[in-house]
Amino acid sequence: MSANPFFVDLDQIFVLLRNWLVGFLPAGLRPAAAALLGVIAIVCVFPGLFALTTVFERKGLGRIQNRLGPNRVGPYGLFQPIADGIKSLTKEDIVPLSANAAVHFLAPLALVVTVFMGFAVLPMGRNMVLVDMDSGLLFFFAMGAATELSVFMAGWSSRNKYSLLGAMRAVAQMISYEVVLLLSSVAVVMITGSLSLTKIVAAQDQYTGIFPHWYIFTPWGLAGFLMYAIAATAETNRSPFDLPEGESELVAGYHTEYSGFKFALFFLGEYLAMFSISGLGTTLFLGGWSAPLSFLQFIPSWISFLSGCAEHCPACAKTS
Amino acid sequence: MLGDGILKGMAETARNFFGSYVSKERLTTVEYPEQRIPTAENARVFPFLVYDGTDWEAGMRCVACQICEKECPPKCIYIEKSADKKPDFVGKPQFYPARFDIDISVCMSCQICVEVCPFEAIKMDTQFELATDDRFGGLLEDRQKLAKSNEYYHSIHPTEAAEVDARLAEEKAKVEAKAKAAAEASAAKAAAASSPTPPAAPPAKTEGGS
Amino acid sequence: MSVVETKAERVTGWNRPPVIEPDGEGELLEVAMGPHHPSTHGVFRMDVALDGERVIRLKPVFGYLHRNHEKIAEGASYLASMPYTDRLDYFCSLTNNWAYALAVEKLAGQPVPERAEYIRVILAELTRIQNHASSIGFLIQEMGASGTPLMYAFKEREKILDLFESLTGSRMMCNYMRFGGCRVDVSAPWLDATRKVVAGLPAFVDEFEALLSSNEILMARCQGVGILRPELAVNAGVSGPMLRASGVNYDIRKVDHYGIYDRFQFRIPLGDHGDIYDRYMVRVLEMRESIRILEQALRDLPAGPIMDAKAKIRGFRPKPGEAYGRIEAPKGELGFYLISDGGPNPYRYRVRPPSLINLTVLEDMCLGHNVADVVLIFGSVDIVLGEVDR
Repeated sequence: MSANPFFVDLDQIFVLLRNWLVGFLPAGLRPAAAALLGVIAIVCVFPGLFALTTVFERKGLGRIQNRLGPNRVGPYGLFQPIADGIKSLTKEDIVPLSANAAVHFLAPLALVVTVFMGFAVLPMGRNMVLVDMDSGLLFFFAMGAATELSVFMAGWSSRNKYSLLGAMRAVAQMISYEVVLLLSSVAVVMITGSLSLTKIVAAQDQYTGIFPHWYIFTPWGLAGFLMYAIAATAETNRSPFDLPEGESELVAGYHTEYSGFKFALFFLGEYLAMFSISGLGTTLFLGGWSAPLSFLQFIPSWISFLSGCAEHCPACAKTS
Repeated sequence: MLGDGILKGMAETARNFFGSYVSKERLTTVEYPEQRIPTAENARVFPFLVYDGTDWEAGMRCVACQICEKECPPKCIYIEKSADKKPDFVGKPQFYPARFDIDISVCMSCQICVEVCPFEAIKMDTQFELATDDRFGGLLEDRQKLAKSNEYYHSIHPTEAAEVDARLAEEKAKVEAKAKAAAEASAAKAAAASSPTPPAAPPAKTEGGS
Repeated sequence: MSVVETKAERVTGWNRPPVIEPDGEGELLEVAMGPHHPSTHGVFRMDVALDGERVIRLKPVFGYLHRNHEKIAEGASYLASMPYTDRLDYFCSLTNNWAYALAVEKLAGQPVPERAEYIRVILAELTRIQNHASSIGFLIQEMGASGTPLMYAFKEREKILDLFESLTGSRMMCNYMRFGGCRVDVSAPWLDATRKVVAGLPAFVDEFEALLSSNEILMARCQGVGILRPELAVNAGVSGPMLRASGVNYDIRKVDHYGIYDRFQFRIPLGDHGDIYDRYMVRVLEMRESIRILEQALRDLPAGPIMDAKAKIRGFRPKPGEAYGRIEAPKGELGFYLISDGGPNPYRYRVRPPSLINLTVLEDMCLGHNVADVVLIFGSVDIVLGEVDR
């Protein structure tokens, strides 16, 4: 632990900010307000990251294909997601006449809500967990399973054969890869002896010489990490596991019949699921918020967490 | 090794990604409409009628022979011949089109009208930004809209226009030479004949166009 | 949600009994992979009956792009049909022009000067290269590749289309061949530009192959899928790269000796299995052979007229008779059958489209495969709806 107070404050800046804001309220309301502020932070930060990710993905893909990506809206096209958001909000919301309207409406909501709840147990920095559960890992995987439910709801309620095919494929794929996902994290649980994510990170926050005790540096952790990366790509229906979406044969798979904001919610949910699974992978194998080398401990913990996520994300990124 | 095909492919895309920052060959976007690719000289979009000089009605080369109307595959040309005649570039009186409409929403830019025109009167333009929101008449061009000057023709198709001008000048020279020869012949005949009746010079036989 | 019940007896229009029996009970899922679809290469419908994900039946339905091409040709003169032939296989307008010009020249007994023949070969091989590159690009896009090989193929295609534009005036609807030769002569700057483009093509094909040919995902999805047996291919009249991928050595350039192809040295790639991967490889290798032909043709181009002196543009009335002219178009055997009654318009004008004939074996190739494979098999047939529907 670095003794430099500036870096300690920088590390805890969000905690200090929250405590200061909450200090304005009477003592009875403080825990609820603290939780609410944490929720607001998550709801603002991760969709913002989603917006940036879409722009960078499109620009990167464009450069690979010898063309510029979006570059008209804002400098280097960085405001493109705002334009996309406005577009999807103002589009006509088409619901097929024979679709099951209630389920059709609830499916994107179910997806987004369960994915956001998965973020609640991720430790994003030192003392920066929204809910410190004893069985946080189990809760996270439970939320992941609920994601699959929403995909199936979407496909079934659309009353469209393409959607049905896409939903069947999605359910089959996600259930199968759930098993791999869970088994790859069992090794971590066995070493730590706990399902709590904060304890898993704390167990990795020790250093031998300059090297951290990250589980990826152990042979079982490395094997687990590789399996986890592949299973995570399959869970979030990214290439090359994107047959449920199946752009070429199934038009858009389970979200064929969605337009406007609901489609945007599906998109948002898919990318947020990608971030949260990357966050979990970072927590389990890449030491969560602990620094990569012992002399780098002055780096704020939330930066280490985000950079771990960013390293893990390309594993889920669309391959060309 | 399993996966080396994918790795080779990724190396290829990485080469394109990084190459797009350094070489023009790997970033081929032309940001229209701020940047444009210059059109090829031979490009053809829609036809236009050529006129010589400054007066588009008097200088129009078209003599309303209606060959292009007959040969046009989608039949997008509509011509009405005039009742009177006006002199063409060698001076011979010719009909002219009282109406010459081309519906460019039907025209398929095949250039057959240009190929079959014996008078070098209709040529292909290169303007393509002709979108209009008038659905029913906006793309029907009448002869005034179609008439463009020979200088304009030189500016868009310089080689072709130069060839056409050379050919027309040659024809005109041939016609004038023939007229001069005929005039000299008739003048000689008039001088040779000593009759009081005024010699009537036979009208010079001109061929306007092949 | 109910699923349409499909029993063998009650399906109308599907006359054959099912070759693949569905396993288990339940009904078949009938999906119309309909005219509105991202991967059907145009407006084309396939009615598939699925057992889970496996295809039990497949019926292609086309005609959505029918434009009365043959009937229009009966009312128009021979020259006026030439721009319409551009629009048949709109990717390869110059080979369409050549096939039609060949048929009319056979009908009228019209010879073609040598320089025009060389120019025709150059343009046809350029067309073949850009068609094969685009078709592979589209095939890979349908596998889910976000269009990167397609963009690389289109980059090369743009260079070739720029050549076409500077020669014929138009990038795609070239309307360049005439009965008895070509419309305008090639200039020295154009030949230099062509030589530069052709010099860059081997590197492009190498890059293309480096990206794709040993890709494990491509091999896993394409090898062993959509196998077309050579006997079935020959019996069904399939032609072009599909036929050669099944191992049948039949290329009209070598069989008919039309034009001056005898003067060029090039090989015909053949496949062993007849699956999608073989068709892909045959197209890549054909691109390389086309580059060889181009180099030879550009080297040997003679001077001379490009149009036969006795050829007529207007008032062309061939003597009564019939002729069938066919060429090796990039997609297969493109043939024009003309009957003349001595007038300015043909009495009967028939196009033999390779895409349509190649599509007739689609069901046989797709039976037993998954829906995802159907799209790939369809893409490997390489059709253009303009040709199928005319």
